[in-house]
Amino acid sequence: MTATLFFQQLLNALALGGVYSLVALGLTLVYGVMRIPNFAHGGLYMLGAYVSYAALTRLGLPYVLALGLSGVALALLAAVLERVVFHPLRNAPHVHSMIAAIGVLFFIEAVIRLPFVFGSDFLQLPSPLAGVLSFGGITITSQRLLIIVTSLAIMGALYFFLKRTLTGTTIEAMAQNREGARLMGINVSRVAMLTFGISGALAAIASTLYAPTALISPSMGEVMNLKVFAIIILGGMGSVPGAVVGAFLLALAEVFGGVIVGADFADVVGFAALVLVLAIRPQGLFRSGA
Amino acid sequence: MTPQINFRTALPWLAVFVLAALVPLFTHNRYFLDVAVNIMIWTITAYGLNVMLGYAGILQLAHAGFFGIGAYTVGILTLKLGWSFWLAWPLGVALCAVLGLLLGLVAFRTRGDSFAIFTLGVGVIITQIINKWNSLTGGNDGLNGIQAPKLGSIDFGRGSAFFYLALITLGVVVFLVARVRSSMFGRSLIALQGSEDLARTLGINVYTHKLRVMMLSTALAGLAGGLYAVYIGFMGAAITGPAQTFTVLLYLLVGGVGTLSGPLIGTALMFFLGEQLKNVGDYQFIVFGPLLILMVMFAPGGIAGLWQRRMFARRSPATTQEVPDAGI
Repeated sequence: MTATLFFQQLLNALALGGVYSLVALGLTLVYGVMRIPNFAHGGLYMLGAYVSYAALTRLGLPYVLALGLSGVALALLAAVLERVVFHPLRNAPHVHSMIAAIGVLFFIEAVIRLPFVFGSDFLQLPSPLAGVLSFGGITITSQRLLIIVTSLAIMGALYFFLKRTLTGTTIEAMAQNREGARLMGINVSRVAMLTFGISGALAAIASTLYAPTALISPSMGEVMNLKVFAIIILGGMGSVPGAVVGAFLLALAEVFGGVIVGADFADVVGFAALVLVLAIRPQGLFRSGA
Repeated sequence: MTPQINFRTALPWLAVFVLAALVPLFTHNRYFLDVAVNIMIWTITAYGLNVMLGYAGILQLAHAGFFGIGAYTVGILTLKLGWSFWLAWPLGVALCAVLGLLLGLVAFRTRGDSFAIFTLGVGVIITQIINKWNSLTGGNDGLNGIQAPKLGSIDFGRGSAFFYLALITLGVVVFLVARVRSSMFGRSLIALQGSEDLARTLGINVYTHKLRVMMLSTALAGLAGGLYAVYIGFMGAAITGPAQTFTVLLYLLVGGVGTLSGPLIGTALMFFLGEQLKNVGDYQFIVFGPLLILMVMFAPGGIAGLWQRRMFARRSPATTQEVPDAGI
């Protein structure tokens, strides 16, 4: 019976870790390329869920199309954001980019709260796959299974893109050495915009996958922001493998910690783990850089 | 140039405080006095954020959490244990300084950007603990019925007495911050902001200076929080959240980061604007969000910074470079 409970929670942690991985990958890519801790990332995640919700309930699109539409919309928005806000600040003191990102986050949140937009109420995104699978006493909802499969597929695709395509390697080169990349003829301005676009798409896909198992609200972006920042610090800021490992570690800590100390404090467990890790290893689990 | 405290630089400040002290004699409008007291409390909070961000260049995002700790300490001690405000208040300040030291010991081991993110997480933890520790803090219900302090026959809950308590406290804070800025410690902080490595080669103990400025910053937050608790009479956890830190950050940016007058100008202006926007409640950030962005993009020095630039431009028309070290 305890073994069954263990594997049950392990599956829950894998699903949660998958979502965290996608959001964290977007954030760590942006940090690697721009050295900006993009606080607005949580806002993009939240906005992605709302775009999907609108596509599903107001346009009546099927789930897969809503997912794609949300990804494309947020990719474009993130690219525009980079061009309008962060590109002009690229030579400003570092703190200014962080503050601008905070401004973007709060603006997005406030717009969503307007009564004629979505308001402050919690909303439910319908799941495309009703039903539960069961084997050996362990159950998993179809939505969670979808999360695990889709997030693994996207992570695989992202890995292929970063490692096996010319465009992807420019991102990695820029993360390693921005000036060196420029000297080699890489258009760093365009790569920055591309990276922001990818991070926006990843955030939207993650929120659309996760929203059917949780509620949508204007403050969901802030909560996710904090967790994902904890993840990339854990993993080493700018580290792509670190983001994935950190995401699953946090998910495991949250799920199993929640069992031990109660669901109320599950959110605090992740940060407590972060405090402990940073007290011991200030640079995080992996070296920075891809 | 390093700002020095002397009669010429202190005179405008003395004039401002004397004029402020005369305000209750000319108006008994409770709303006006209420806004003024709130502005003074949040100005003190902004000064706390300013010594870290403006002088040392460090963005610390748990500031509202420490404000909350100061407020809750006063609330709990006076309401539940029957302590005198005058003992609870300094204890709250000391507690915030000690907790700030503990936070700094861990957080300053992180590098660069991790620090701000780490403190943001700590701020959330503080809010969570306050919200869920029902037996001590009242949890979601908060603390209700915190009494206004008394001193002899003076009841600070009546008339304009609290206005003067806040004004005197603000005056002391401004003087203290000006003293810090003009001291060797203050100049070392400015050096840290420019380049930590260079400061280190000049013999400055970077880690120790960071810890000390963290303690000062969190102590000022606790000081403001304690005043807030007895003035409002009610404590809820919302005031400790990151959104509140960002609001104070906006006050600072508008007024001018790193200047002595910036926190006062920015808080007064933005709090007043916030009062006008109260009709739209949660939607303040429709205005505040873009304002944060525009400030860092086009006017990073804030209002005080623009004033400084204009003054120097007038004295030396041929010189157009911005003075990096804006002081008093």
